[in-house]
Amino acid sequence: MTVKSVKITVVALGLLLLSTALCWAAPPIKIGGLFSITGPASFLGEPERNTAQMVVDEINAAGGIRGRKLQLVAYDTQGDATKAVQAATRLIKEDHVVAIVGPSTTGDTMAVIPIVERAKIPMVSCAAGIKITEPVKPWVFKTAQNDYLAVQKIYENLASKRIKRIALLTVSDSFGSSGREQLKSLAKRYGMEIVSDDTYGPKDTDMTPQLTKIRGGKAQAIICWGTNPGPALIARNAKQLGVKLPLYMSHGVSSKKFIGLAGDASEGIFLPSGRVLVADLLPKSDRQKKSLLSFVRDYQKHFKAEGDHFGGHAWDAVMLLKGAIERGGDTPAAIRAQLERTRNFAGIGGIFSYSPKDHSGLTKEAFVMLEVKGRDWALVR
Amino acid sequence: MVRDVNSLVKYAIFSSAVLLAPLLFSGGYLMNVLVFVGINTLLAVALNLLLGYAGQISLGHAAFFGLGAYISGVATATYGMNPWAALLSAAAAVGLVAFAIGFPILKLKGHYLAMATLGFGIIVYIVFNETVDITGGPSGLSGIPNFDISGFVFDSDLKNYYLVWAVTLVTILLSANLVNSRIGRALRAINSSEVAARVMGVNVSLLKVQIFTLSAVISSVAGSLYAHTMTFISPASFGFNFSVELLTMVVIGGLGSVYGPLFGAVLLTLLPESLRAFQDYDIIVYGLLLVLITMYMPGGLVRGIHVVTSFARSKFASEVVKNAQG
Repeated sequence: MTVKSVKITVVALGLLLLSTALCWAAPPIKIGGLFSITGPASFLGEPERNTAQMVVDEINAAGGIRGRKLQLVAYDTQGDATKAVQAATRLIKEDHVVAIVGPSTTGDTMAVIPIVERAKIPMVSCAAGIKITEPVKPWVFKTAQNDYLAVQKIYENLASKRIKRIALLTVSDSFGSSGREQLKSLAKRYGMEIVSDDTYGPKDTDMTPQLTKIRGGKAQAIICWGTNPGPALIARNAKQLGVKLPLYMSHGVSSKKFIGLAGDASEGIFLPSGRVLVADLLPKSDRQKKSLLSFVRDYQKHFKAEGDHFGGHAWDAVMLLKGAIERGGDTPAAIRAQLERTRNFAGIGGIFSYSPKDHSGLTKEAFVMLEVKGRDWALVR
Repeated sequence: MVRDVNSLVKYAIFSSAVLLAPLLFSGGYLMNVLVFVGINTLLAVALNLLLGYAGQISLGHAAFFGLGAYISGVATATYGMNPWAALLSAAAAVGLVAFAIGFPILKLKGHYLAMATLGFGIIVYIVFNETVDITGGPSGLSGIPNFDISGFVFDSDLKNYYLVWAVTLVTILLSANLVNSRIGRALRAINSSEVAARVMGVNVSLLKVQIFTLSAVISSVAGSLYAHTMTFISPASFGFNFSVELLTMVVIGGLGSVYGPLFGAVLLTLLPESLRAFQDYDIIVYGLLLVLITMYMPGGLVRGIHVVTSFARSKFASEVVKNAQG
C-alpha cells in the first residue's frame, strides 16, 4: 500500500464512523415506498414517488414526528409483480421499514399482499383495484377511490335529471372492464336501463361506428369509460356526428390533458373527479380545501408541474401513516391499529374513515361532478 | 451419464455451493432473490437447449412460462387441484401446444422464426389480459396455494429455494447429458447446417420440434414453480419484455454451454438489485454493462471468464519463468 492510499482509507473510515455516529444521534423512522417509477405505469409511479418524498421532507423540516426524522426508502417496481415482490422483501428484511407506501398498480399490490400479511407490516396502497381491500386484509389499506364510487356519482347526477336510458361505451382494458362491471351491477339500484353496451380497443382511432349505433338507439345519455386518449376521440367523433346526447366521462380522464386533446369538443362534458383539479373553486366550507391547496402549491414549487390525483394518493398514504405514528408510536402493530382507527381525515382523495370492516375508507362524496365550460372545469352543484 | 470426470467435479462443486448458499444469506431478502435466480436459470437452460444447441431462436418463451404459471394457478386457485398435479398437467398441456405449433413454426428460419415466435408470445399475452373471467385479467390472479408434501408446506423463501434449485440442478444435469449424447451432436449438426445434418441421416424437422417441445415443457415447469412460490401472477410478468430478458440471459451467459445460462440468469437477476445504489440512473448503468459485456465478451460470460483465466495463467506462467531466470 502506498502512503496516499493509506491516507484515503483513513479518511474514508473516518467519514464512515462520522456518518454512523450521526445516525445514532437520532434514529429515523423508516417507511418503505414501492412505486412503478419506470415502465408502462410510470405515469402513476413518478408523481407518487415525487409526492411521497416531498411530504417526508416537509414533515422533517417541520421537526419530524415526535422529534424523530422520517426516512423514505423507495424502490422501483417497474410495474412488474416479480420485481415488486423482491423490492417488498428487501424493504422488510434489509431496510427494516415499519410501514410501506404503495405499490402504484393493482397487480403489484396483489403480488405484495401475501408478503406484508406474513411479515405483519402495514401497507397503504396507492392503487384503485377493489380486490385490494375487498375482502379486508388486516395489514392492507388503500387511498385511491374505488371505481364504483364514481359510478354512483354519475348515476346520482343522471337520476337528478330524470335520465333513465343510458348507452355504455367502455374501453377493453382493465380500467374499462372494471368500470363496465360496476356500471352494470349498480344500474338497477339507481333505476337505470342500459339500452346499449359497446366497447372499443385501447388503440382504436375512430369510434364513429359505435356512436352512430348509439345515436340510432333510444339512449338519453352516453357514459364513456376509458383513459386518454380514447375518450377525447369519442368526444371529437360525437361532435362531428352532431350527437346531441349528454356525454359523461369517467374519472380516468380527469386531467387538463383531456381538455387539451378533445379541444372544443370537450365543451359540456360531465365527469366525476377527485377535488385536486378544482381546489381553487371549492367553497371555503369544504374540509379538504386546506390539504388540497397546500399539496397543489408545494407540488408546483418543487416539480414545476400540476399536482394530480396520483400524487394525491401518495400524499394521503404518507399523511395517514404520519397520523398513525403520532398517535400510537412506530411499531408496525401500533401503526396498523391506529390506521384502522383513522376517522375523518381530510386528505387529497377524499375524507378517510377506516374501520375494521373498511380499509378503503371513502364514500362517493370523494368525487365531485365537473362540467367542462370554456376549456376549463366548472363545479356542478 | 456424464462420463467426463472434470465436468462431474464442476457439477459437484456447483451443487454444494447451491446447497450451502443459504448459510450465508438465510433470512435476508437475498434469499428471495435467489429463488427467482433459480427460476430464471431454469428458463435460461430451457432456452439454451433450443437456441444455443439447435440454433433455433424463440422470442416467445415467456408465453410457455406464462402458460405453465396460469394453468397451474387457475387449476389450483379456482378448481382446487393439488399443486403437484397441476404442475404435471400444465407441463403436459404446454408440451402438447408446443408440439402442435412446432411443426409449422419451425419450418421457418432466421428472422421469420423470430417473428412467428414473437407473434405467438403476443397472442398468449393478449389472451391472459382479455380472458378476465378465467385469468383475472391485467390485475392478476391471487390465492394460489404453495406446494406441500403431506402437510409440509413450502411457504418460506428458504423452503422454496431448495425446491426450485433441486429442480434446476436436476434439469442442468439432464440437459448436460442430453447435449453430450447422440441427440446433442445431432442438434449441433442442425445448428451448423441443416442440409448436412439431413444428409447424415438426422430427422431434422422432427428433432427440432422435439427439442422445442422439451424446452417449452421445462419453461412450463418453471412457470408452475413461479406461480406456487409467488402465490400471485399477473400478465405483466409474461410479456414480450420478459422473452427478451430471457434471450439476453442466454446470450450474455454464453450460447451453447452448460453453465452459460446460469451465469446469465445470475447476472441479470442480481445486477439490478446491486445497482439500486445508483438510484434513478441504475437503468443506464445496467444497459452500459450489458453493451460492454457483449462488445468485449462476444462468446458470453462463460467464454469471457475462460479467456481471462487462461490469460492470467499464461501471464503467471511467464512470471514464474522470468523469476526462475532472474
